[in-house]
Amino acid sequence: MANSHQLKRVDFIFRNDNDWEKILSNTIKKKPQELINELMSSELKGRGGAGFPTGLKWKYTAEEKSDQKYVICNADEGEPGTFKDREILSKVPYKVLTAMAVCGYITGATEGFIYLRGEYKFLEPELNKAINEFEYYCKDIKLDFKINIFMGSGAYICGEETALMESMEGRRGEPRNKPPFPTQKGYLGKPTVINNVETLVHTFTIFKFGAKKFYDLGVQYSRGTKLFSVSGDTPKPGIFELELGMSLQDFVYEFGDGDTKSVQVGGASGFLVPRKSFKDAAIGFKGKLSGISLPTGGSMMLFNSSRSMYNVLDNYLEFFREESCGQCTPCRVGCQQLLLGIKAVKRGEKPASYLDKLIRLTETMQLTAKCGLGQSVANSFSSIVENFREEMIY
Amino acid sequence: MDSIQSLIKDLADEYGRRRESLLPILQGVVERENYLSEYSMIEIAREVDIPASEVYGTATFYSFLETKPTGKYIIRVCKTITCAMKGKTQMMFAIQDMLKIKLGETTPDNRFSLLESNCLGWCHKAPAMLINNEVYTELTPEKVRDILSGYMKQNGQI
Repeated sequence: MANSHQLKRVDFIFRNDNDWEKILSNTIKKKPQELINELMSSELKGRGGAGFPTGLKWKYTAEEKSDQKYVICNADEGEPGTFKDREILSKVPYKVLTAMAVCGYITGATEGFIYLRGEYKFLEPELNKAINEFEYYCKDIKLDFKINIFMGSGAYICGEETALMESMEGRRGEPRNKPPFPTQKGYLGKPTVINNVETLVHTFTIFKFGAKKFYDLGVQYSRGTKLFSVSGDTPKPGIFELELGMSLQDFVYEFGDGDTKSVQVGGASGFLVPRKSFKDAAIGFKGKLSGISLPTGGSMMLFNSSRSMYNVLDNYLEFFREESCGQCTPCRVGCQQLLLGIKAVKRGEKPASYLDKLIRLTETMQLTAKCGLGQSVANSFSSIVENFREEMIY
Repeated sequence: MDSIQSLIKDLADEYGRRRESLLPILQGVVERENYLSEYSMIEIAREVDIPASEVYGTATFYSFLETKPTGKYIIRVCKTITCAMKGKTQMMFAIQDMLKIKLGETTPDNRFSLLESNCLGWCHKAPAMLINNEVYTELTPEKVRDILSGYMKQNGQI
């Protein structure tokens, strides 16, 4: 057991060397192309959950021709079980701002926004102070880049990049069709880079230490480190920076309370892994390792054997039903029917086989919903129902 | 010009009269008036020069933009999974007991409204609640009673 105990703690993100001014002025002396290559060779992927290669995103935006481009920092952290972005913005805001300005330099954007969720409004005064100081320094080094905070107002769906832009444009936060992607037509129809808070901080690490240092951490296809938000039945709740690619078994050794029955990886829109599969599951992006690989925005919720998985699923579905934007039918009606469905099975009004019909409904949602919200309900629904079927029925 | 009209005019002067200015203006009105009345929404529509139905459609999308009268202090108790597991229900009972209101109601003196909210992002310090923009975490019924009596004293109650 000691041997498999291989969680690798790392300390990049919250290490505060207070050298952002130097990093910023040195980085923008390099050519944009050079910096893009650096990012690409680091193989950094988006840390919001979807995992799109960051270098590629910046490259596409840089290649667009436009009089105006934007950089948006997505701080609409709403996935149940994640709270890392709040910690980043309160502890190391300068790293985020620096990364945004460098992104602006590379892509040709002169304006940036931080879309901050309404629940984090208490961060706004401190963040504004940091922005003022930051912009002052930008003027000093003749870098034309300004940053504004845009407050959200309590809508989970606005964490979806195009819904976020709709929201910034003063509309209901309803996702757009893709393509066009934000790199082509984003905020106000202009090419836009939109990155998660944590992704931006990783680019800071890469510009500071070089791509190699980042690439050497993690495993194939899942390079670097990741912040994990650990909560639920654990003696050690909190935020931890760990190397990607760890096995879930090792994670549970470290963070479990000795009676861990299952772990929800990636929040309500992620997957539930039961105890029997801990050893086969690894945390990282798809396409490597044996067994299951689980991408995650960093939400790790542990449940011990005192918890009813029915209650957990009921709670998730209520969440999705309320947070579905209502624009597309599969998600709007699907979320409602799934919740009604499991309640009916629980009460004995529907036979147990009705659960299979509901799983087919989630498969339909996965294929037909417009955005990630409706598509990913299937993840938690089928992984909970398939692994804890008896708890759904009795 | 009444006070709401002049508030909206000030907000529009600050944030602009474009469609992108709508959310900050709506937020500004909620911040001062606690909610968006039909009258405010019609006035905002006039000021920004868009249909009132668009203002209403946008406002009702967001859970933090109240369109019904609420109290001066809006209590939002997190109901998502970890908070639910860590004693949200007991805490809710303590609040209801103390304020003598149920979920979704406002105290008769218009000071407190009690609402539930989806994940507030404090799962590692569950259960959590917001009172307006203030965050309170690792709550117990006792702690909740202390916090609320603090707010009540501030307002000359008790």
